[in-house]
Amino acid sequence: MADTAALLRSRSFVELGARQRARALLDAGSFRELLDPFERVESPWLARQGIVPQADDGVVVAKGSLDGEPTVIAAIEGSFQGGSLGEVGGAKIAGALELAIEDNRQGIPTRAVLLLETGGVRLQEANLGLAAIAEIQAAIVELRQFQPVIGVVAGPVGCFGGMSIAAGLCSYLLATREARLGLNGPQVIEQEAGIEEYDSRDRPFIWSLTGGEQRFASGLVDAYVADDVETIAAEVRRFSRLGRPDLERSRRYAWYLERLARFDASRQANAESVRRVYQGDPT
Amino acid sequence: MTATFSRRGLAWFEALTAGAAPVNGLPASLRVADAELEGRRARFLAVVADPDNRFPRAADGEVGLLEGWGLAQAVDTAIQADAGHSDKRVLVAIVDVPSQAYGRREEALGIHQALAGAVDSYARARLAGHPLVALLVGKAMSGAFLAHGYQAQRLIALRDPGVMVHAMGKASAARVTLRSVEELEALAAKVPPMAYDLDSYASLGLLWETLSVRSVEQPDADDLARVRACLKLAVDDIERGPRDLGGRLGAANRAASRDVRARLREQW
Amino acid sequence: METLSFEFPAGPPARGRAMAGCVGSGDLEVLLEPGRAGTLAIRVITSVNGSAQRWQNLFERMFREQTPPALSIDIHDFGATPGVVRLRLEQALEEVAHG
Repeated sequence: MADTAALLRSRSFVELGARQRARALLDAGSFRELLDPFERVESPWLARQGIVPQADDGVVVAKGSLDGEPTVIAAIEGSFQGGSLGEVGGAKIAGALELAIEDNRQGIPTRAVLLLETGGVRLQEANLGLAAIAEIQAAIVELRQFQPVIGVVAGPVGCFGGMSIAAGLCSYLLATREARLGLNGPQVIEQEAGIEEYDSRDRPFIWSLTGGEQRFASGLVDAYVADDVETIAAEVRRFSRLGRPDLERSRRYAWYLERLARFDASRQANAESVRRVYQGDPT
Repeated sequence: MTATFSRRGLAWFEALTAGAAPVNGLPASLRVADAELEGRRARFLAVVADPDNRFPRAADGEVGLLEGWGLAQAVDTAIQADAGHSDKRVLVAIVDVPSQAYGRREEALGIHQALAGAVDSYARARLAGHPLVALLVGKAMSGAFLAHGYQAQRLIALRDPGVMVHAMGKASAARVTLRSVEELEALAAKVPPMAYDLDSYASLGLLWETLSVRSVEQPDADDLARVRACLKLAVDDIERGPRDLGGRLGAANRAASRDVRARLREQW
Repeated sequence: METLSFEFPAGPPARGRAMAGCVGSGDLEVLLEPGRAGTLAIRVITSVNGSAQRWQNLFERMFREQTPPALSIDIHDFGATPGVVRLRLEQALEEVAHG
């Protein structure tokens, strides 16, 4: 009975849109959106290619608080153009992080939460998306020196391309069962390397290597969370309270190089061999 | 696998670091050395083809697992060695990277995290006060460029059709956007950020300088002198300004990037 | 892609603004803002070409039943069916009415 009651109470996070997600994570009543859709800061590049724009360019930036601490949250809308980042959406995230850095320099402890639902660069704005992602990455590394930057990959799009590198720079990273995290999308790998190397239609294979559960089991994310609004909100607060980690994952080259040296690269990788080689705490 | 990998990165690395001792303990696909640059200490870094790469999808100069983490190490050791010095060594990323490595091993073992390692070190070096310059001598593609070069405060490109910055190769970009390669090329001609040529890229304001050389494949003495002088100017320019990437926002084709930031600031 | 404009008679201006939906496959984004008294102005940007008459019919049916408030409506459509269009408009109109 208790389980049924819990199930009835639970609310899917994955099913929420970007704006609802941001609102659901921040302290009740604290959500304040910046550059909301009524300002119509749309992509200057999509319409001239015959592609319908979205009024917020698929990125929601909101200020608010987590446990009363100042927080900026950037949520990518996975339903719009696959969550791809173009000039405007990319600048919204980079600009928000840059302002959070300025806050910290002035003694305001603004932290950041990134809701990553993205295929990476929007190819219709290719080089401006790529440039914006470089700027997002720069800002994450700088902001991280002051306050945690927490990434959440919930699904269903997952987090790919340059933004998977951005995810790898976060102080903490959370993933659900629906989430996938990887540099290259399955289609592109198949296109570049062949179907023997990567079958983009084999969903169980893809999840077994890049899904949230596997990423947690091999230490590439910090928490494996249920698709439930309350659970994710609580986990984000837990990491926010932890402050900065001793050493971010992206600084652990010594540990990863040592592990990769042990890996038998003459064979193809599978979920089990990756878990084995990445077992134990990176220090 | 093709055998036609680029040798430009290696050629420029060897020319710029002639006689310098290599930094050891790195994967064979990385060439790193400390050499002098117009009176300054500088660490030059290049990703090069390694036909014997343990990870076969990274044998042609792609940035893969070992290259990402290896760059992280090569840059971090410079940060550590210069910690406490006011005279931080210059870092020069020589960019000739056809792509990140596309493969099963790479995804399974977290190539995104390896590339994050490289970005992390480069960004921290810049914040620590190391002048960071990227010299584009060949392709600068997508995730590979993010990991090796795109954190630089100044980007310098050689003026040559083989120098190209993009988010994805044409064939894959066409497939992902459900277009033919011809349609993609027609659009790219009208939409500067989609284009594959250097002039279109330059119109985005991301390059600090483009330089013509006589022999891009194998630099001669004049080429080398011009590039060294340009690198020095870039370093001097960096030291007059902030440590961030703000210098990239000036072009008309990035008006929206500026506008978004200005309006966010008003509403912050 | 094409951009279409429509106008219908309306009552006094709506008080608030509202939005619904997103520009995802088979969906649309609807933004409602107070308009000029007596006029409902709709601008549609749609991925489906040659659909002006279908939009006209749909709006006529919706706004025949009761006079809408004066609104300026922006629609960004990514191939939504008439049922989905109606749903999103009703969601947003509801919010304007009670917001």
